[in-house]
Amino acid sequence: MFASCADPKSLEGLAWLMCYLASGKHLLFYLSFGTVLLLLAITAPVALLFGFGGAMASRSRIAPIRWFGRIYTSMVRGVPDIIFFLFVPIALDQAFEWLRSRIYCDPTVPVRHGNEFIVCSAAKLPLSTSPEWVHQAYGIFLAVIAFAVVFGAFAANVLYGAMNAVPRAQLETAEAYGMSPGQVNRRILIPQMWTYALPGLANLWMILIKATPLLFVLGVEDIVYWARELGAAKTRVYAYPHPDWRLYYFLGILVFYLLMTWGSERIFDRIRARLSRGQATAAGEAMRKAAT
Amino acid sequence: MNECLQTIQNYGLRAIGIGERLLPRGEFTLCEQFTLIGSGLIWNVYFAALALFIGFFLANLLAVARASHSRLIRKPAEWFIFIFRGSPLFIQFFLAYEMLVKLPRAGIDVFGITVETSWMTRAWAGALLVLVLNTAAYSAEIFYGALRNLPKGELEAADAYGMTGWTRYRRVVWPTAMRLAWPAYTNEAIFLFHATTLVFFSGFPAYQQRGDALYYASYFADKTFNPFIAYPIVAVYFVLLTVCLIGLFGIVNRRLNRHLPGATKKIRYRPNLIR
Repeated sequence: MFASCADPKSLEGLAWLMCYLASGKHLLFYLSFGTVLLLLAITAPVALLFGFGGAMASRSRIAPIRWFGRIYTSMVRGVPDIIFFLFVPIALDQAFEWLRSRIYCDPTVPVRHGNEFIVCSAAKLPLSTSPEWVHQAYGIFLAVIAFAVVFGAFAANVLYGAMNAVPRAQLETAEAYGMSPGQVNRRILIPQMWTYALPGLANLWMILIKATPLLFVLGVEDIVYWARELGAAKTRVYAYPHPDWRLYYFLGILVFYLLMTWGSERIFDRIRARLSRGQATAAGEAMRKAAT
Repeated sequence: MNECLQTIQNYGLRAIGIGERLLPRGEFTLCEQFTLIGSGLIWNVYFAALALFIGFFLANLLAVARASHSRLIRKPAEWFIFIFRGSPLFIQFFLAYEMLVKLPRAGIDVFGITVETSWMTRAWAGALLVLVLNTAAYSAEIFYGALRNLPKGELEAADAYGMTGWTRYRRVVWPTAMRLAWPAYTNEAIFLFHATTLVFFSGFPAYQQRGDALYYASYFADKTFNPFIAYPIVAVYFVLLTVCLIGLFGIVNRRLNRHLPGATKKIRYRPNLIR
């Protein structure tokens, strides 16, 4: 990285530490914090979308869609989320490869041979010839889907509750004005439900933040992976030998997460105040009184 | 059928080291998968039951400390709750393992008596410690919320009877706080039970492949490349045990509310999905 770091064996003290923290592996470690943030940035809207679909399906007038919505929203209740995190990526991966094998390979050859799941090399996902970053990106893509499915179910619960919390009279008034069900949803229900949904969604965001280390279980090279790699004891053959420092790396990660949750809490307090403005709730009433 | 009974005999207690040492190989029958995953469930129940039991007392102490007027007592409790609620359990497991490994191998000398420390790095003790502290922090927040929401009238009534200090806490404050906190606490118990699946995916190694339900399930899924059997089996087990847990907490809830009109009827459990 720097010219002075060319020969780490000759360095000592602070200069050694500076060079150590600026080594190539460490830059990958810092980038992996970006992976976590990226996962959060992609998963949160996708999960919200899934949740919105689930909540709408649960309110549907068509029975099969309603059943599907109810099952989807209640499945996260009894089953630990990590089971979904382990199950969904493998299941999706196999589903994709099976579909591709039906197209690109000889469709008469079964993919399951006893305990093996084999597709021809043309149907492999990603192709064995693809570069390393494609494999990483595919892993993250599967992880995002798994997170979105689980957190979508959580969000569906929150949104379903919020939709039911909107006062009936508001919807009935809209109907009395001759609005169609779609118009009632768009103009009255959805704008009003957010204030009821916010406490739940804020909580959900906290849980999502705290679920991101599970990326490690899914085989993505995330912060936990790098903390274990870099922290493990390094012998003389390495440029920067050091004893087992994993404890300090994990302490650093702990501080990162504490800052994330603490910062989110501050932001949600502001949004909460903003959304309560002009609402027919206790918080909104308190704001009105304070203003006059 | 007989074959299956034999399998249950061999592997039913495999997770705690009784029975056949080697895990089955080659073709896995449905029975083998059900038995081994069920045997792993012993660990989940062990972790959940003990962590909830010990954590409950610790959480009560923490909640009272957090509601204390003295800064010296309140601040440590607030920090403890903030750290354990603000960081992922997964990281807490890793961190705790690394810390416990750092304990001196030979044991610590306390007034001439050597205290063994190697057992702390085992999952049954180390992971349990983390789970206890974690659930204590979450429950303390719930109990603290209940303490703040105590009806004013009940406290005034206690004062009118001349109750103070411990008597007031034991006879008025605590029972009411528990009654208010119980639905949320039930929710926390379910979350903790589900969190026990993380133990063997974090730092703590599964000694001699004695893992929990999910450990065996992922073993089968890895070996057979077939996630569609092992994972649904764990899911079914967990749904059943979660229903039992809700039932158990429902009984306590009914007892806490027995003086209220209409409480003897079955209380409709409204699940709150968020921890």
